[in-house]
Amino acid sequence: MRNTFSETLYAEATQNPEIYIVVADISPAGSMAKFSTQYPERFINVGVAEQSMIGICAGLALKGGQPFAYTIATFSLYRPFEMVRDDLCYQNLPVTVVGMGAGVIYSTLGGTHHTMEDIAIAGAIPNMQIVAPCDPAECTEATRWCARQKNGPVYLRIGKAGEPDLTKGAEPWVFGKLRYLRRGTDVCILSYGVITKMAAELADRFQARGISTSLVSTHTVKPLDRDGIVAALRNHKHVIVIEEHVPQGGLAPQTKQIAWDIQAQCRLDTFTLQDRFIHNYGSHDDLLAAHGLSIPQIVHRIGLD
Amino acid sequence: MTARANSFDAAAARERCLRYRRRILDISQQVSALHIGSAYSCTEAVDAIYNGLMRAGADGGSPDTFLMSKGHGCMIQYVILEERGILSRADLDAYCTPEGRLGVHPDYGNPGIVAATGALGHGLSMVCGMALAEKARKTAGTIYTVLSDGEVQEGSTWEAVMMASSLKLGNVIAIIDNNDFQSLGRTSETHPSFYPLVEKFEAFGWETVEVPGHDSRAIFEAIAARRGDKPFMLVAKTTKGKGVSYMENVPIWHYRSPNQNEYRQAIEELEAAR
Repeated sequence: MRNTFSETLYAEATQNPEIYIVVADISPAGSMAKFSTQYPERFINVGVAEQSMIGICAGLALKGGQPFAYTIATFSLYRPFEMVRDDLCYQNLPVTVVGMGAGVIYSTLGGTHHTMEDIAIAGAIPNMQIVAPCDPAECTEATRWCARQKNGPVYLRIGKAGEPDLTKGAEPWVFGKLRYLRRGTDVCILSYGVITKMAAELADRFQARGISTSLVSTHTVKPLDRDGIVAALRNHKHVIVIEEHVPQGGLAPQTKQIAWDIQAQCRLDTFTLQDRFIHNYGSHDDLLAAHGLSIPQIVHRIGLD
Repeated sequence: MTARANSFDAAAARERCLRYRRRILDISQQVSALHIGSAYSCTEAVDAIYNGLMRAGADGGSPDTFLMSKGHGCMIQYVILEERGILSRADLDAYCTPEGRLGVHPDYGNPGIVAATGALGHGLSMVCGMALAEKARKTAGTIYTVLSDGEVQEGSTWEAVMMASSLKLGNVIAIIDNNDFQSLGRTSETHPSFYPLVEKFEAFGWETVEVPGHDSRAIFEAIAARRGDKPFMLVAKTTKGKGVSYMENVPIWHYRSPNQNEYRQAIEELEAAR
């Protein structure tokens, strides 16, 4: 996903002289090297200085630029939080804050490098928009949209590498709208970001049991497609949310709130990271499993086994 | 630059600054609190930027930009913008009221205000971004800013200090309003390691000059004579509450508004200085 992001942004930046890439001592792989050589005046490495990264993006945008701030998610959002809030969101500037490797993708680096509360934190700020693509193709769509939009700030939550294609043949990507990757009638699984891969596997399990299952990418987490969620809750007997985020402030509690508001009659299960720091190491899947997010655990809790 | 330096009229600047202080004093009677001491401290600095240094553009605007990083000092900016007709008298009359649009800190979107400041340590990075945009487009605008000495304690300011010189932003000109006061006392007593300032900025690659901060001509000439290949820092040695004896170096006047008697005394002192 990281490479797709770089390639897309490179393509956009060669077309639009107002695109700047401001990084904090981390290289967006692939095409970014080419961009930095070709357009050195628009590729800025602030060093290990994330507050300055956001402030510089704000200054560029105040002069009409369309900047991207890029580093590992925890450092792009948590470290410079007041700059994100005041400089970008309060002033409502079209700056994309890229949170790379969000969730617990940095599975051997420990809790300092995990981004488990970013949706809650970014989503709490007025004007902030949140987009979290589920696969490289969706990342292309999302990045292109970020490069062209003038609404205001965006938190673009992306993975790292090796995400499978999940959206082949799906309906078109539209900002602010749920996207059905497959349509069924009984069960609906809502997810966003890298963990949508697990949601797809779960959908396969249901299908294997002959249960007609929808799989939905809620790539735009803010503004959330409320009408789309309402339709999913009304049109399925069983809705499941899977997200790589703490239980508070993400998709799961928002879906529950909407379900309450409309007196939804369906069954609703949510699977999230736990509200705790864990001190495990291993693969990304190992970390998710330690939080209770694995196919066997979810299947068991749903009662599908 | 030298031609313009010769054109700076110090007597006119003195007259303007008295007028601005008087206007701020009048506005102080509308509200219970405003940062009067903070505005008086940087009156000459902000006046020199607007009325001496920023170039006039053909359209009445300026190719240059002023960002008030010490947002709490913005009363001086408001009264200058009022004098220029960018803000209206009605705007100033409605300061800090539900009918108005001006608050204690500058708000982006208001006429003449290029960025929302108030939280300290944000301005200089935004200045760097603006200066970068000017350079990338080859539009050659200069970005001016005034920092409080308190906000130079923010780590974020030093990130920007490092970046401005690393990026060779010769179109950045900053003035530190070095009144040596912060909420809990004299900085030289509470944080002696804050000083010296000039050497710190020089070590970070800035061209740096220190001047008496209420000497308009000194401010103007130091900036006009800069080399221009590096970001420029002017350390302006100032007096908090400058111009009204009982406000000078008395921390309560960071924020308080004078009562009627205090107001009268202040007016007398400002008039006597003419």
